[in-house]
Amino acid sequence: MASIQLSNQHPLDSLIRSDRLPHIWCPGCGIGIIMRCYAQAILESGISQEKHVVVSGIGCSGRVAGYMNIDSYHTTHGRAIPFAVGLKLAKPELMVTVFSGDGDLTAIGGNHLIHAARRNVDIKVVCVNNFNYGMTGGQVGPTTPKGARGTTAPYGNPELPFNLPYLMGAAGANYVSRWTTIHVRQTKDDILHSFNHPGFTFIEVLAPCPIGFGKSNNINDGLEEMELYRDRCVLVSDGDVRAEELTIDLREERPIYVGNFIDRDQPPYRPIHLENAQ
Amino acid sequence: MTYRTVLTGKHFMHGDHACAEGAIAAGCRFFGGYPITPSTEIAERLARRLPEVGGVFIQMEDELGSMAAILGASCGGKRVMTATSGPGLSLMMENLGLGVMLEVPCVVVDVQRGSPSTGLPTMPGQSDVMQARWGSHGDYALVAYSPWSPQEMFDLTVLAFNIADRYRVPVLLMTDEVVGHMVERVIIPPEDQIDHWPRKRPTGRPSGSGNGSFKPFSAEEADLVPPMVHAGEGYRLHFTGLTHDERGYPDMTAETHQRLVTRLVEKINRNADQIIRIDPYYMDDAQIVVVAYGCTARSARRAVRLARERGIPAGLLRLVSLWPFPEQLFNQLAANIETFIVAEMNLGQMALEVERVTKRPVKGVFHAGGEMIAPEPILKAIINNE
Ligand SMILES: Cc1ncc(C[n+]2csc(CCOP(=O)(O)OP(=O)(O)O)c2C)c(N)n1
Ligand code: SF4
Ligand SMILES: [Mg+2]
Repeated sequence: MASIQLSNQHPLDSLIRSDRLPHIWCPGCGIGIIMRCYAQAILESGISQEKHVVVSGIGCSGRVAGYMNIDSYHTTHGRAIPFAVGLKLAKPELMVTVFSGDGDLTAIGGNHLIHAARRNVDIKVVCVNNFNYGMTGGQVGPTTPKGARGTTAPYGNPELPFNLPYLMGAAGANYVSRWTTIHVRQTKDDILHSFNHPGFTFIEVLAPCPIGFGKSNNINDGLEEMELYRDRCVLVSDGDVRAEELTIDLREERPIYVGNFIDRDQPPYRPIHLENAQ
Repeated sequence: MTYRTVLTGKHFMHGDHACAEGAIAAGCRFFGGYPITPSTEIAERLARRLPEVGGVFIQMEDELGSMAAILGASCGGKRVMTATSGPGLSLMMENLGLGVMLEVPCVVVDVQRGSPSTGLPTMPGQSDVMQARWGSHGDYALVAYSPWSPQEMFDLTVLAFNIADRYRVPVLLMTDEVVGHMVERVIIPPEDQIDHWPRKRPTGRPSGSGNGSFKPFSAEEADLVPPMVHAGEGYRLHFTGLTHDERGYPDMTAETHQRLVTRLVEKINRNADQIIRIDPYYMDDAQIVVVAYGCTARSARRAVRLARERGIPAGLLRLVSLWPFPEQLFNQLAANIETFIVAEMNLGQMALEVERVTKRPVKGVFHAGGEMIAPEPILKAIINNE
């Protein structure tokens, strides 16, 4: 009779701070899936784990910095990007990834986001878009679809959301994609790809937040939101779809375009370097 | 063309430029800032000078970003600085607190102008000195110096970098428009005579396993300063602005919070003697003590001299450092001296500290800012108090 070999080890063990488990995330939350993609990409990157650094802001997504077993900085709300810019310019040999939430990166940190993209600083941004402020209890933010409900929009959100790939493309990002938490392999591959794509890269990953967003918007659990992604997601390759159509509205029966939207080869930001500098 | 790192020699130099040269001489190799009068000349000088010495200059999108960027660069191992004025200092308060909490060395220059709000952009003030101490939320301690001349813009900038590294703390250089825009003799010493106190660094080799095996926030020595680990050295460190234990891990308990916050404050208090700088004039037999700092101390020195010419036993205690406040010194002085006069370009900020510590009513020579306080009103206060 064949015997089954049980292992006490997981290939990603070296990348997770197991002494910090259990994590704080809710059942059905999408953040862990994306963190796993990031860890897998680091493992496959061929870049020594000592050279990978993660910088997060504040939020449920921002807690990723605390669970990754690499050099990790959990900074202030919205400021992960400028912190990462300083770190990367001070030590260019590091592979600096900013892992944070939609509210952190695009609301309070929105100004830093567009300027880092404009400068094309060589940092890798992974943005968990769960359409709300999860950590503070399901308030609406700049990614919440118009009409969706949140704890600060009991009558429905009166505002239009950001179309993040469009915004990032216009701001000057070198590489922009969008995936969802059902696209595990694509997300991992794309993060891995971004490590080898110099300049500012931005990967948006749509993720269920059943507690903050689902509850107020008739999405019963994480799985239901994942099914919604599976039904609606349409893969595009660059140029197939007008940028305006990238806007997401989970309440409407319309496609959610995913894939890579911007793939440029602009040289990344380099500080001024003089020939005979001391 | 070759470039010089330290401009050794005698110069006729602008205060803001002297500050920039102090930074270069001290080994500052990263500046992130946002233009604001009357500090802009520091950024402009460094935009030219940093590339000459292999450093990084970046003009950030705002002061929130400037402060965050210098913290990031410091975590990468660089000596770092930013420079601003009141409105920018307000924006920096958020990440100044992060710098305190993560114990990240950095130097923040505030060339003060008339405030609050946009106030008097091109005119002097000294009304940010309490904000420097208390402006970010929470209990914490940091260090602030207050130069009174272009020479000190150089010297105290060098000291600020050394203190920041030595105690792993943000250090503020609280100067003012008068000193920032003043042109005076500045002597820059030879390179080998410029102090360089390195950061305390871990001696153990990284285990590589991470997972809390290394304790980057364990302060085992009497100075309460933990060694600083930089990114990319193999320690797999974790830094968080959340309350954290010695591993750097978040720990949401009152005990850990009490321990951490107390250490952060005690770290400065316990080393206050090494940090504080005082410059006394005619203090040996003084019975009336004038307390002043920055440009106001120049007028105060003149007022004290004029008082002495009239036979009045006045002295000047110039606060070269503002924070931590020299409590011990004022305590001792209060035993023999009854009259303290505080001259400052605000409506009474450091005066509150003098009053608190000496427990004596303090006479203020205050002005909201916009012009330097002249010697005359200070002299008048001395005479009236005799
Ligand atoms: C300056 C500041 N303002 C507000 C907060 C409170 N706050 C913490 S997390 C958060 C929102 C996070 O949202 P997001 O980035 O989308 O992360 P998520 O929790 O959804 O993953 C807010 C508003 C804070 N920590 N700091
Ligand atoms: S609140 Fe939302 S984002 Fe936060 S852990 Fe729960 S499910 Fe995840
Ligand atoms: Mg969110």
